[in-house]
Amino acid sequence: MSETVTIRLTVNGTAVERDVQPRLNLVDFLRDELGLTGTHWSCEHGACGACTVRVDGDIVRGCLVFAVQLDGASIETIEGLTESGALAGLQAAFHARNAVQCGFCTAGMLLTADTLLRRDPNPRRETIRAALSANYCRCTGYHAIVDAVADAARERAKRA
Amino acid sequence: MKAPPFRYARPRTLDAALKLLADGGNGARLLAGGQSLVPALNMRLLEPTLLIDINGVDELSGISESGNGIRVGALTRQTVLGASDVVMRRAPLLTAAVPFIAHEAIRNRGTFGGSLVQADPAAELPACVVALDAQLEIAGPRGRRRVAARDFFKGVYETALARDEILVAAEIPAQRGTTLFLELARRQGDYAIAGLAGWAALQRGRIAEARLVFFGTDIRAVEAKAASAALVTSVEAALVALDHDLKPVADFNASAAMKRHLAGALLRRACAAVMARAA
Repeated sequence: MSETVTIRLTVNGTAVERDVQPRLNLVDFLRDELGLTGTHWSCEHGACGACTVRVDGDIVRGCLVFAVQLDGASIETIEGLTESGALAGLQAAFHARNAVQCGFCTAGMLLTADTLLRRDPNPRRETIRAALSANYCRCTGYHAIVDAVADAARERAKRA
Repeated sequence: MKAPPFRYARPRTLDAALKLLADGGNGARLLAGGQSLVPALNMRLLEPTLLIDINGVDELSGISESGNGIRVGALTRQTVLGASDVVMRRAPLLTAAVPFIAHEAIRNRGTFGGSLVQADPAAELPACVVALDAQLEIAGPRGRRRVAARDFFKGVYETALARDEILVAAEIPAQRGTTLFLELARRQGDYAIAGLAGWAALQRGRIAEARLVFFGTDIRAVEAKAASAALVTSVEAALVALDHDLKPVADFNASAAMKRHLAGALLRRACAAVMARAA
């Protein structure tokens, strides 16, 4: 096996230091090393979006980044963003609209939707659909998720 | 699946990266944005012994004005390229193309140069740099050299880049004319079934000069020289001339005949859009 490399990074505001094999991707690092299992993996080639997390403020595919590349980086996952309340409005809207069935895609959907709403607080329905096209859902048929994101945008606008 | 084991190096300078690449032999690969390489590793299509992570090589990043045009560093993220004011002013074709590259989460990591050296025949950026007459700057153990974008792309995943060379930047002259960019894909973010990148210069309400480059149809981005020239006469003449320019290849999306049909449809739509803007 290859040698390990020591990395120091911040995950959900907490400083973390670990020795990792270079081949370890970010999702497996979060799940297996840190026990943060809210980020899911599925296709492992960047198509499905289940592993979406935030690195230094930008969403990325966790399966397409190696942990060894993230020395010094700041990572935010569904756990940290839930705890801070950053996603509370979206999560309430997903609940109200029944935009969750098996829930496997939900963490990635929430991060992608939040990124959209921060850039475009009042997105048209087509814009929501285009943004969410980055994330696969095999249960809902997407309509309830699009409805939920539209609701969350209206709620955010009311509070702003 | 998961990536196979590999050794990992993170050079800070281009010279250090070139040395690692030369010393690493056939088992060494560069890791830039990783949005094509890492899927290939995870699917075990590639098993390099050494990954040279060039994300810490600052001199490969950034966009600057260069004469009338722009210089785009190979490591510039696609998101940064798409949001750049100077790119929008000097080479708006690139600004138009970026939203069609996969999805935001991928564009945040994926790089301009990575897309060029990957040379996927259905990718947007190779077609754009051909349409913009870019010069690609390449560094290697024998020094620097420049290759015209139109001579860089050789075939499916094949370029003029040697195994021990690194793409540094593209020098892109200021774009002329109005932007032409259209793409047909099954879903938002998918690779193109057929796409058109280019520009058209208008005089007195007519197309006086045009550059048409098709992607997703052939084994590489193809400059449609005959159709570009014929477009000055008429759209119908250009549609006929496309037969001289394209040698469509079937893929899992469409037959060669369908790709040829779609290329014509894109040409017709692009011209209609240009004339509507001019009117």
